[in-house]
Amino acid sequence: MIKHLRLPLLSWRFIPVWQRNYLVWKKLAIPAILGNLADPMLYMLGLGYGLGSLLPDVGGMPYLTFLAAGTVAYSTMNAATFEVLYSSFSRMHVQRTWDAIMNAPMTLDDVMLGELTWAVAKSLLSGLAILAVIWGLGLYGNFWMTLWIIPVVALVGFCFGGMGLVMNAVSPSYDFFLYYFTLVITPMVLLCGVFFPVSQLPLPVQAVSAWLPLTHAIDLARPLVVGSVPGDITLHVVALLVYGSLSYVIALALTRRRLLK
Amino acid sequence: MLTVRGLTKRYGDTEVVRGLDLNVRRGECFGLLGPNGAGKTTTLRLLLGLIEPDAGSIELAGIAVPQHAREARMKIGVVPQMDNLDPDFSVRENLFAYGRYFGMKKAAIAARVPELLEFAGLSSKADAQIAQLSGGMKRRLTLARALVHNPDILFLDEPTTGLDPQARHLIWQGLRRLIADGKTIVLTTHFMEEAERLTDRLAILDHGRLVAEGAPRALIESHIEPAVVEIYGEGLAGWTRDHACQVCQRSESVGETLFCYTHNAERVIDALKPVPALRYLHRPSNLEDVFLKLTGRDLRD
Repeated sequence: MIKHLRLPLLSWRFIPVWQRNYLVWKKLAIPAILGNLADPMLYMLGLGYGLGSLLPDVGGMPYLTFLAAGTVAYSTMNAATFEVLYSSFSRMHVQRTWDAIMNAPMTLDDVMLGELTWAVAKSLLSGLAILAVIWGLGLYGNFWMTLWIIPVVALVGFCFGGMGLVMNAVSPSYDFFLYYFTLVITPMVLLCGVFFPVSQLPLPVQAVSAWLPLTHAIDLARPLVVGSVPGDITLHVVALLVYGSLSYVIALALTRRRLLK
Repeated sequence: MLTVRGLTKRYGDTEVVRGLDLNVRRGECFGLLGPNGAGKTTTLRLLLGLIEPDAGSIELAGIAVPQHAREARMKIGVVPQMDNLDPDFSVRENLFAYGRYFGMKKAAIAARVPELLEFAGLSSKADAQIAQLSGGMKRRLTLARALVHNPDILFLDEPTTGLDPQARHLIWQGLRRLIADGKTIVLTTHFMEEAERLTDRLAILDHGRLVAEGAPRALIESHIEPAVVEIYGEGLAGWTRDHACQVCQRSESVGETLFCYTHNAERVIDALKPVPALRYLHRPSNLEDVFLKLTGRDLRD
């Protein structure tokens, strides 16, 4: 892998790849949007109202608000992850679409950048839909503040898109992705403060949680929903950027080893 | 059009391509033949600049590969061995998507699509989904897709593998049209008949090395006797012992059959007459005989 490691080449040629994914998505946009949103929405509203009615304020806010802020980050993470795991894998391994593209004057860097930016676009869509619910139900503190959630969502999509592409690069089949969900995604959902505050966890677990990318995402999103300025903005932004960029560079090297040998 | 010097590619300790020299002229149809694992597909990937050689140089239409692979690929159309049309798009959308990968404007692609559909015989299928196409249609569409940017040179990796004879002949017709239009074609194939019919010159590769190069007829004439008599049946062993070395210039025993290569088939057939239990097939020698002579009869899996 080391000999394949190098900085990504950035070129506007990724746009036709992005556009290809967009045009395919557009064909089935309505069911895709509904499918993407139904799940997080049901959890958020079901648990938010059902469980929320039994609870006092959580983290200094109504439980529904608490959960809505977590859901923005969590559903963004899922959107990016599913896109670069299952969909990218189909295009790379099953349909051999990447091979076809690379016979044109396109490099693997262009293809992967197209996939990554497409994952960001899908995340934005997912995050924006949850944000729309937050606006609709008036769960926010300050409307203008919630607009900052949009770049946060893009950043979270970038981070998890990059991480997922590493899995995509090493996966022999779709089944392999279950490891990633069981060992990485699901634990993060439970440890990073989506459903309950991290402060409820034992201290050593809290220490682990502080390192996880979803924690950083939620630490940015939740204050913005409530209407306050997040603490340690630089730390969280840099953490997400570092997770995303490092993963992306590693994913490129691993994919290069996989496809260009 | 294409010049390759000393091309070498290693995977670990195995050299897959070993010091290959090739020269393909403009407007020529050039065949790359070889058993499985001879290095044909690796060579094509090297020519496209998808992988980097360990040694040697490639120049494609005057452009150095892999250093300037992007520019070179603007001039190349590729028909891959494995079907990789975009199953999420219709026939027409496949051509549009592919044109965009070459940086073509929408109007430029739109102007080109009707003639590509006509070329592929798919004008009536423009809006069909890929899953609705037969194997032959898919291959023709892949060929049309490779032409979307009007390349000077076409690489085809086993373009007719898995097709029925009708579909294969259609592909051949298409390729002949392209050759007549002055395109340069490099194709790999397992079908000797295909190579004999289409190529002006061909190279036979084995174990990553060039073992023969030339026009198909010239290769047959220079490497092998003009006629073959294939002999099989009861009493072959005795006949082989008593007669083979007198009447055959060269003979080869494969399983239950004796391949007798000769300049004078009449003599062989006369010598077979006293043994009616022996059956035979007399035919002119062909490229397959050359291929088997040069690369052996062992299976390469």
